Amino acid sequence: MRQERNNIFAGIDWFLVLIFAVLVGFGWLNIYSASKTEDIEPLLSFSTKYGKQLIFICLAIPLIIIILFFNAKFYEKFASVLYVVSLISLVGLFLFGKKINGATSWYNFGVIGLQPSEFVKAFTALAVAKLLSDRQYNFKLIKNQIKAFVIIFIPAFLIMLQPDAGSAIIYFAFFFVLNREGLTLNYILLGVTIIVLFLLTILLGVKWVLVSLFSIITLFSGYALYRGGKRFFRFNWYKILGIYLIIGIFILGTGFTYNNLFKQHHRDRFEILLGLKKDNQGIGYNSYQSELTISSGGFTGKGFLKGDLTQGDFVPEQHTDYIFSVIGEEWGFLGTTSVILLFMLMLYRIIYLADTHTNKFGRIYGYGLASILFFHVIVNIGMVIGLLPTVGIPLPFFSYGGSSLWGFTILLFIFIRLDAHKNYDW
Amino acid sequence: MKKGFLLYFLITVVCLVFIGRLFQLQILSRDNYDPIQSAAVKIEYDYPERGYIYDRNGKLLVANQLSYDVMVQPNQVQPLDTLEFCNLLRISKEDFLHRFEKANNYAPYLPSVFLKQLAKEDFAFLQEKLHNFQGFYIQKRIIRDYPINAAANVLGYIGEVNEALAKKSDYYQAGELIGKDGIEKQYEQYLRGRKGKKYFKRNNLNKVTGSYKNGEQDTLAENGKDLTLTLDIELQQYAQKLMKGKRGGIVAIEPSSGEILALVTAPTYNPNMLVGRKRSKNSVLLFNDTISRPAYDRGLLAVYPPGSPFKMMNALIGLQEGVINKNTGVYCNGGYRYGGRKNEYMKCHCEIYGRKIFLTTAIAKSCNSYFSNTYKRIVEKNNQPTKGLNNWSKHVKSFGLGNYLGYDLPAGSPGLIPSGDYYDARLNYRWNGSSTISNAIGQGEVLTTPIQLANFTAAIANRGYFYTPHILKKVNNSPITQADYTVKKQTTIAKEHFKPVVEAMHEVFKTGTGKWSQVKGIEICGKTGTSENFAIINGVKEQLADHSILVAFAPKKNPKIALAIFVENGGYGSTIAAPITSLLIEKYLNGEVSEKTKYREQNMFAMSLQSEYDKLIPKTKEIASGTK
Repeated sequence: MRQERNNIFAGIDWFLVLIFAVLVGFGWLNIYSASKTEDIEPLLSFSTKYGKQLIFICLAIPLIIIILFFNAKFYEKFASVLYVVSLISLVGLFLFGKKINGATSWYNFGVIGLQPSEFVKAFTALAVAKLLSDRQYNFKLIKNQIKAFVIIFIPAFLIMLQPDAGSAIIYFAFFFVLNREGLTLNYILLGVTIIVLFLLTILLGVKWVLVSLFSIITLFSGYALYRGGKRFFRFNWYKILGIYLIIGIFILGTGFTYNNLFKQHHRDRFEILLGLKKDNQGIGYNSYQSELTISSGGFTGKGFLKGDLTQGDFVPEQHTDYIFSVIGEEWGFLGTTSVILLFMLMLYRIIYLADTHTNKFGRIYGYGLASILFFHVIVNIGMVIGLLPTVGIPLPFFSYGGSSLWGFTILLFIFIRLDAHKNYDW
Repeated sequence: MKKGFLLYFLITVVCLVFIGRLFQLQILSRDNYDPIQSAAVKIEYDYPERGYIYDRNGKLLVANQLSYDVMVQPNQVQPLDTLEFCNLLRISKEDFLHRFEKANNYAPYLPSVFLKQLAKEDFAFLQEKLHNFQGFYIQKRIIRDYPINAAANVLGYIGEVNEALAKKSDYYQAGELIGKDGIEKQYEQYLRGRKGKKYFKRNNLNKVTGSYKNGEQDTLAENGKDLTLTLDIELQQYAQKLMKGKRGGIVAIEPSSGEILALVTAPTYNPNMLVGRKRSKNSVLLFNDTISRPAYDRGLLAVYPPGSPFKMMNALIGLQEGVINKNTGVYCNGGYRYGGRKNEYMKCHCEIYGRKIFLTTAIAKSCNSYFSNTYKRIVEKNNQPTKGLNNWSKHVKSFGLGNYLGYDLPAGSPGLIPSGDYYDARLNYRWNGSSTISNAIGQGEVLTTPIQLANFTAAIANRGYFYTPHILKKVNNSPITQADYTVKKQTTIAKEHFKPVVEAMHEVFKTGTGKWSQVKGIEICGKTGTSENFAIINGVKEQLADHSILVAFAPKKNPKIALAIFVENGGYGSTIAAPITSLLIEKYLNGEVSEKTKYREQNMFAMSLQSEYDKLIPKTKEIASGTK
């Protein structure tokens, strides 16, 4: 085994670093366009959004160096400590946090604020990797599965309490990791089935879904009875009955939850997305405007700083969650597909690199990173282009915000650090 | 299955779905996006000044005045010093709150008018202070101004474009002004000009952030064109004054050009009533008055049987068809029997017994028998009534009767001139001249409007041709060239046949029914008439005083004015219609009314038929009790 050299850049995957730099740089251009004002301000300044973001980007460089400075083993050893510290930072919010837009998600330090939930993702990924890579750990045991769930669930729950449901649902991403490490796909299938049933119930109404599903089950079991005869029935009747019961209860329960427990603004979001309701001014304004803005860009876009809808600030939060609409308007179809392809390349690269790790810790962490990035991309872009309901989470590397930028930088560069180390002795 | 496969697969699928959606948004539905309609582009209109309107002598009839409205957009209003604001606008605090509430209830995010039509001095003062009051601003409006109170029916009025039209039109926006009636409507295209457009970029707060594409799509406003009308406003005013207290219409035409000199309807209204703060209140008064109908242009719209003046028509046709001539004589003896039954007898008031009546006398004395005879001969020529009457109808229509004349005002009625085919379709028995004998004396099916009769008179004055009556003389001081109004229209009657008819009309004012209305030095030719008139009052059909009709032109040689006058319930033409006619002719030809005829003027100014019109109003008490 070779000994590791002192050069902190040795063995680094420059391809990932390059994509990272392109995304961050392109992201800043769009933030500049989205938040430019008439007054001429210096680029590096706390008085403008783009100025602040440039400072955040500059500060990310020492952050990267610090991350790379630590030995890969440090992250494995201290994973639990970092995880616990990050959980404490979440709990601390309830004591010292600042309430913005109804959620206590921020620590306030004068000119800048920090949003711990952006960092916790990285440390949760470390903790999960640490747990799953333990030699004693057997994922087949339900007990161990529950351990993993608990690690994932605690930060998600704390974030839920802020309340910031958008940031919390990101933790679903860890299912991909667990699946890679042997968790049966049935959980995901179950989840998908539940979501599909839920959507169908909203879309078609309780009665229709119930009737059609019951008839499908009856047909299937009728066919099975015809083939299997009495014997089949004797052994399986309770299963058939169970399916009827579970589906019946679930659908009725969904109907009840949706109509009685959900608040009107939740229902509105679903219904606008499913096209059951049209509302371009009130609750649907964001989606309508962002779709219109993207659409107006056409194939080549209107050009940098020339998007009239962007320049007029028509899409709310266009420098943060809706930054993709700026790309759509000013850079057109070419710009949007390039960004998506860049993300795709980055994800492919991360998974590819993760699979080459002989060390389980690095591999699992890599999967965690890829899953979290992927989930962010799905939820954010899906929302901006009107395929998914409105959930306020940032687009990695693009959206305005120091915490988000640094959070993803930490997430990515810890992996790059681990990856640089993969050929060395642990 | 490779372990990482699921994630690779999902990433690929999701990216493809996203790219597909973006393809749909940015390439397939790109066409739905019109940059100019987008919220990011604000269009500001630069409204040109609406054209002025002058009379034939260059007198200003319609001008513009500026009016300043205070507008409010409630959702942009910041807390303000109400006391100062109220003092500026000179309103009370309650009034302020009330107005604000009203605007807010209408739509908080849309501008509405807060206070209409500020005084000019208030405006200057307010303009400097208004920036302290966010959400309030001043909107300049151009409204019409009528220096002369006359001819409201001709000039029409302007009003806001209705929403349906604004949606259809690619020019008008809701709330803009458009001509709604009269000249304003007819010549909207000339008067309005073309508004200029300026495009601005704006942001989500509605704030303008600069010009859009450096103003390359901006257009300049084009001023409205000034119009000169054919009206002689002095004559018009004088006629309106003479018609005070009466209902009816007067149309005066210059025969040599077809120019309308006066177009009077009575009662009428002051055009300034439909401008300014009291507009909505006044329009209710004008348009909802279904009894005296001041907004109804009787000169253009009212259809009446033409009565005796129509006898000249039959004389002309008879001469043209050769069924009568100078030597044709008819015995009258007090009436004309057109059928065997007792009631098939038409009385005549010519009071000529025992001798033959010839054409000139027949017209001068308005002999029913003579024209019944003539009509019968025309219709039953060659014993083919359908063909005969079709031929008669063709002659009549060549004078512009029986259809819209084609003049340039937006109101009109076709009237009715029956033809042989008309009766064939309606009568299921063999008909002939006798069955339709009322047409001989301008009663029966024949219906005309005053302007049609005036045009008919002009054609007689011209001895056989007319120009389509029109009201527009010049556009931006250059005379109109439309062929419709500058090309002569020939009637089907040869020139020589007019001579005896004109002579007879002259006789009317010399010795006949118009002799009390002669004007010294002017040879007036005319013909009076009456048309019977029934109304159902309180459920009972009652005969009211006849409508009086008169057509005339003057002077006999080289006529300068032809007119038709119609006075509802005016009795015999000689009592009201004839004096008014002679006064108008004298005024127009001599420029003033001589001392000798002043008494006539005084009589007419004082004459009111209100008591006659009051009979038409159902007794409210009886309506209420339901008794008849």
